Amino acid sequence: MTSVITYIIRRLLLAAVMLLVITLVTFGIFFYLPRLAGQTPFDVAAQYVGKSPTTGQILSVEHKLGLDQPLLVQFWHFIQGLVAGVHYNYGSDKTYCPPPCFGYSFKNQQPVWPLMISRFPVTLSLAVGAAVLWLVGGVATGVLSALRKGSIFDRAAMGIALAGVSLPIFFTGLLSLTLFSYHWQIFPNLQYVGITQNPLEWARNLVLPWVTLAFLYAALYARLTRAGMLETMGEDYIRTARAKGLPERVVIFKHALRATFTPLMTIFGLDLGLLLGGAFITEYTYSLPGLGQFALVAVQNQDMPEVLGTTLFAAFCIVLANLIVDVLYAVIDPRVRY
Amino acid sequence: MAADTADPAAEPPLRTDPGAASALLVVRDLRIHFPTDDGLVKAVDGLSFTLERGRTLGIVGESGSGKSVTSLGILGLHQGASARVSGEIWLDGEELVTADPARVRQLRGNKMAMIFQDPLSSLHPYYTVGNQIIEAYRVHNKVTRQAARRHAIDMLDRVGIPQPAARVDDYPHQFSGGMRQRVMIAMALSCDPGLLIADEPTTALDVTVQAQILDLISDLQTEFGSAVIIITHDLGVVAELSDDILVMYAGKAAEYGSAEDVFDQPGHPYTWGLLASMPRLDRDRDERLLPIKGTPPSLINVPAGCAFHPRCGYTDLTGGRSATQVPELREIAPGHLAACHLTADQQRTIWAEQIKAKP
Repeated sequence: MTSVITYIIRRLLLAAVMLLVITLVTFGIFFYLPRLAGQTPFDVAAQYVGKSPTTGQILSVEHKLGLDQPLLVQFWHFIQGLVAGVHYNYGSDKTYCPPPCFGYSFKNQQPVWPLMISRFPVTLSLAVGAAVLWLVGGVATGVLSALRKGSIFDRAAMGIALAGVSLPIFFTGLLSLTLFSYHWQIFPNLQYVGITQNPLEWARNLVLPWVTLAFLYAALYARLTRAGMLETMGEDYIRTARAKGLPERVVIFKHALRATFTPLMTIFGLDLGLLLGGAFITEYTYSLPGLGQFALVAVQNQDMPEVLGTTLFAAFCIVLANLIVDVLYAVIDPRVRY
Repeated sequence: MAADTADPAAEPPLRTDPGAASALLVVRDLRIHFPTDDGLVKAVDGLSFTLERGRTLGIVGESGSGKSVTSLGILGLHQGASARVSGEIWLDGEELVTADPARVRQLRGNKMAMIFQDPLSSLHPYYTVGNQIIEAYRVHNKVTRQAARRHAIDMLDRVGIPQPAARVDDYPHQFSGGMRQRVMIAMALSCDPGLLIADEPTTALDVTVQAQILDLISDLQTEFGSAVIIITHDLGVVAELSDDILVMYAGKAAEYGSAEDVFDQPGHPYTWGLLASMPRLDRDRDERLLPIKGTPPSLINVPAGCAFHPRCGYTDLTGGRSATQVPELREIAPGHLAACHLTADQQRTIWAEQIKAKP
């Protein structure tokens, strides 16, 4: 057991280092690259001020945001903001950005973090709900397909899976909206409702996005599971399990499934982490006010702090998901602990 | 099951040994064919042999001669796959080919068990060795987990694993190759099976460990009284352990007899080839080994006549029958059979004068 704990601590430290590096690189991309392209801090500050500003206004913003300081100092302030929050002070104009401060959106006149966190439940609802659907559906289909390889079920399931992988979400999403929301009115007037306000409405409004998003991933997971299961069933230790006289159901559920799940878990961690950073196309298709939509609008508005914030947050989700997967891996596969 | 047809001793196959009445395993005309897109693969084609309690049979042959397919066939592990199995397999008076797969499963691991070639890939990487032995024991014995665990520790002790009480909770990857094979053996013997099949049990192991494992199998055989089938391509292994030897070629028996007969008076040119290609200390080091020319035949297109004839150096002595007529397995000496068109006299002469006489 101690080996598991040291393993977890090692992974945690590694994750912290990784996040720092990601922050540095992202910060560099957003603040250093523009300078290389010839943009001065003055130009940057000019973006944050309203239309036709005076030079004085721009200079005050430049100073208030610390854009006139060396980049390394700015980076240090950024890290400080993430951990402890930042006071933007200039004369009588005081603004406090509480931790974790991902920056200050001058377009929206408020810190980025609360804006993002208010969007997060939408993305979380969408991603987790879809993940449950595609894990159950995809894995079950894949296992059945592998066990009945070549059967009509297998062929049909793999045919549908191929369609699922090939059709983009903006196609399946719009199709499902047209059919189930407008034509047959089964899910009319979709409008996101928080789970705390009305759980039933929350679920009703998310059914179509869940199914659409899950269809794509379930197709992918069905194919992966089928391939993995077929490979595992050919392993020597499955032959050993049969040679011991174990009933086939024990061979499949105890010996084969566990080995098939392990590589799937890695992919699942990445997929879920990626989605938590924003399910861009699904959110856009269904007008869900989640992180993905927030990021899209931020890019359209060229709101640098918002783009930086969502980028970092997405990276953070992936690192966290990976960390969880790594730890689970150590629990499942004893060979990883050494 | 009528007694007169169920008792394999009523009509002893092949060998007219009165001891066959006590035979634990009787295989008669076993055929295992796999239909594939390219044609029918006749992996085992009409194989018969007998094995008595406490005895050891060595099955020898090149890769693809049907050795492993035979052993998996006896365990009924081809059921459900695309294999077509026919013939008879009698284990302790019970016919297995036509038996209910559920019944064969009950016998598997219980009355017949198997050790595989590569102990690392044959053990489940995610379960401790204790768990895997306990599982094997508890499928066939209604005992508590604690009792099964004690049994597992006892088995690990008997196969010579030091500190079995501590190592029972280790995973396969924490053992060395030889120790892993000992674990496999402990698992196979956990239900005290009457028949133990060892499929190339030492091929994946270090040479120094090979001898230990062979000794262990031999010791445990005495202790448990099991009948053992050793499947190998290594004549040294069979020489050390076997009472009887079955030489297989292209899914058929080429030669079958006691170990002394097969080593001292081999009758089949293929056996001569195997013996001549074996490195020996009493030969000059400068002398080259004599490999059998050619490659094993495709099991989809087995050569007409004797399957070995394209590689055989003595076909001109048989008057062309080698290429046209499949040789029957016939007695060339009491209890010693070979499937070859050469007469017993020709075989004796060629072996004594041309092969054995070589320095």
